[in-house]
Amino acid sequence: MKLLLTKFFTAIIFLVSSSAFACSISARVSIVGNEFPAIQTVGSGAKECKGAKVTANLTADHQKINVAGMSSQPAEYTSAIVANTSIVALLNNDLIRPLDDLVKKHGKGLKKNQLITIDGKIMAVAFMANAQHLVYRKDILKKLNIDVPKTYEDMLAAAKKIRASGLVKNPVGGAYKAGWNLAQEFNNMFIGYGGSHFKGNSAEPNVNSDAGIKALKMMKSLSQYMNPDFLTHDSNATNAEFRAGNVAIMNMWGSRAATLVDADGVSMEVKNGMDIAGPMTVGGGKTPASTLFWDGWTVAKKISDEEAEATFIAMTNAIRPSILDNEDVRKQAVWLIEGYKPTEAARGVFAAAKMNTTPYPMLPYAGLMHSAIGKEIADFMQGKETAEKTLSDIEDAYKASAKEKGFL
Amino acid sequence: MKHKTFFWFILPTFLAMFFFITLPIISVVIQSLHTPHENILITVENCDPFGCKKVTSIDHEATRDLKNEKPLGRFVGLDIYLDRGHLAFEQVKDHWNKSRDLVSFFSLISDLPFYKAIFFTLTFTFTVTPIMLVLGLLIALGVNSINKQLKGLIIFFSLLPMIVTPLIGSIILFWMIDSRGIVGNFLQLMFEDPNFSLKASTFLTWITLIVYGVWHAIPFSFIVFYAGLQTLPKDQIESAQIDGANTFQQTIHIIIPHIMPLITFVTLMQLMDNFRVFEPIIGFNAEAHATSLSWIIFNDLGGETRQLSAAATSSILTIFGIIILLIPVLIKTWKEFDFKK
Repeated sequence: MKLLLTKFFTAIIFLVSSSAFACSISARVSIVGNEFPAIQTVGSGAKECKGAKVTANLTADHQKINVAGMSSQPAEYTSAIVANTSIVALLNNDLIRPLDDLVKKHGKGLKKNQLITIDGKIMAVAFMANAQHLVYRKDILKKLNIDVPKTYEDMLAAAKKIRASGLVKNPVGGAYKAGWNLAQEFNNMFIGYGGSHFKGNSAEPNVNSDAGIKALKMMKSLSQYMNPDFLTHDSNATNAEFRAGNVAIMNMWGSRAATLVDADGVSMEVKNGMDIAGPMTVGGGKTPASTLFWDGWTVAKKISDEEAEATFIAMTNAIRPSILDNEDVRKQAVWLIEGYKPTEAARGVFAAAKMNTTPYPMLPYAGLMHSAIGKEIADFMQGKETAEKTLSDIEDAYKASAKEKGFL
Repeated sequence: MKHKTFFWFILPTFLAMFFFITLPIISVVIQSLHTPHENILITVENCDPFGCKKVTSIDHEATRDLKNEKPLGRFVGLDIYLDRGHLAFEQVKDHWNKSRDLVSFFSLISDLPFYKAIFFTLTFTFTVTPIMLVLGLLIALGVNSINKQLKGLIIFFSLLPMIVTPLIGSIILFWMIDSRGIVGNFLQLMFEDPNFSLKASTFLTWITLIVYGVWHAIPFSFIVFYAGLQTLPKDQIESAQIDGANTFQQTIHIIIPHIMPLITFVTLMQLMDNFRVFEPIIGFNAEAHATSLSWIIFNDLGGETRQLSAAATSSILTIFGIIILLIPVLIKTWKEFDFKK
């Protein structure tokens, strides 16, 4: 009850303080983006602007609709909230406009490292960073005298001990659902072993390598300590397993860490036992087996200059430094906004950045590679084929789609 | 019916079919023969919160003229039909030369996405359709013979699986068969194997999908057959009873021939429906074990990659698949029609 009251009052203070901030626009603003707490905050921040209509369509299916919704003349969406993975589709189709003029005119509060520049032109404004890192149960590790894993090899050894102790039957968790999630885990591991997806600066695939084989084998070893249904578990399902106390160590998104154990029905054991640490390395490498992401917003190309200006003003208003005055908002993400002081929940992502984790490549053909990996890797995880065969299948599948899309 | 009357009668339907079926299919065919232009790639410097880096990007200025000149893209003929994502002629030929017998040949080509999807789709279609026909008929016969007061209630409950949206139905079942769900737990107890999981093996996933397919499709065949049973010729049944035919003989010799046209109709509808199996694969998160042509189309269209030409090609291949499946049934219908005339 007390907590509820405090929440209620912070909300009121937040509302009062934000309405004091004037934001007026003169043309429509229409936003499309993913749906998680930090992005919802941005969406409602844009809606505070008065003078014209602001709408936000925030959905997990945003990638399926943003290209189509920004291709018409005029575009339905004046802004798309994207990540370094999903901005590529908008860039490939030439659907977003350079923001240099607008940044000069209205973007005084933005920090330089928030500006995503491509070929010298500002194409997006980032507001948060994200990465996958270790999430674990400190109570279980302590009970068994296990140090916090720093490498995937440590994680395997810890998993073995935990299973042998009988505390947790399938101690390792991971978003290994066939498709995007599984491919992302492969990317992490592949980069951790020092692999690079493409030959030089070309679109030629390069996953059929020593690093690829090692990455697949490590994933297979980890999967033996997972729930047998792991190929159907996305990050939501993996988090649910953690909340239920069925998982003791996992590689999970930083953006989920803050609210991971806030749900109803989570036992005190899990709530107090949960802790986070930086991403793990693998195979003696220095680069963490993880990838860095940013989330940011863009402005559509096929809209009038008035609409673009209004959109820029509204979106800048949504990520102004004062939104961090609210404790709940501050906790939602690792914000790149001026004046952000990291919370406890941000330690993992900060460690990832400090350890020079590789950012997800913003290449026009990276998405094709990602989806080829997601499609082909499940056969290996089920033991149906060898690592070499899977890797050559990935390259073949990628080549077929890259030829179709005109990259090879 | 006079030809003129028939013409005016059919015109609205014909127009609607032309605009909403024929034209879209033609556009899909055209799309499947074209691909996007080759991208002119340049190296540029990108900066993000994590630093600056030289990366490859698309030169939009250079590609724009090409796009304006030929908005449809490059004409590539049947290239996409033959590539690895679809019919994969090259790989199939290669596998054929490499494999010694048919079994190893099929196991090799079942690794190619299109054939993998076809194998599951056909297995699904040819198990679900007959099981559903038989069970639907049995339920219809059963319901037809119970007393009137109960009938309404029983019919309502028998129709429930069809009322539930396929996606919702499969998600509900997905959680029930989870190793921690009620069905999953029960199976673990029954087999005395705490690691038993319906979702972890391909074989069991296929069984689950087929059981779901039958469960979802039975109400349709049941209600059609039940309606057919209301028109049974009473005198024929009575004379058969007088001749000493038992229930089984009556069913085989009178009831089934009587509702044969309905059986053909249900088969036709279900072959089409089952061939484009899609929702259960999504609902059961079964992508790792089972894919279908519709799932491939969905996967190509979704996400960041949007392979429109690949999706168009898969759509055309699905249409061909349905035509091939339906040919026997259509020939049969045509013959019956001629015979009656």
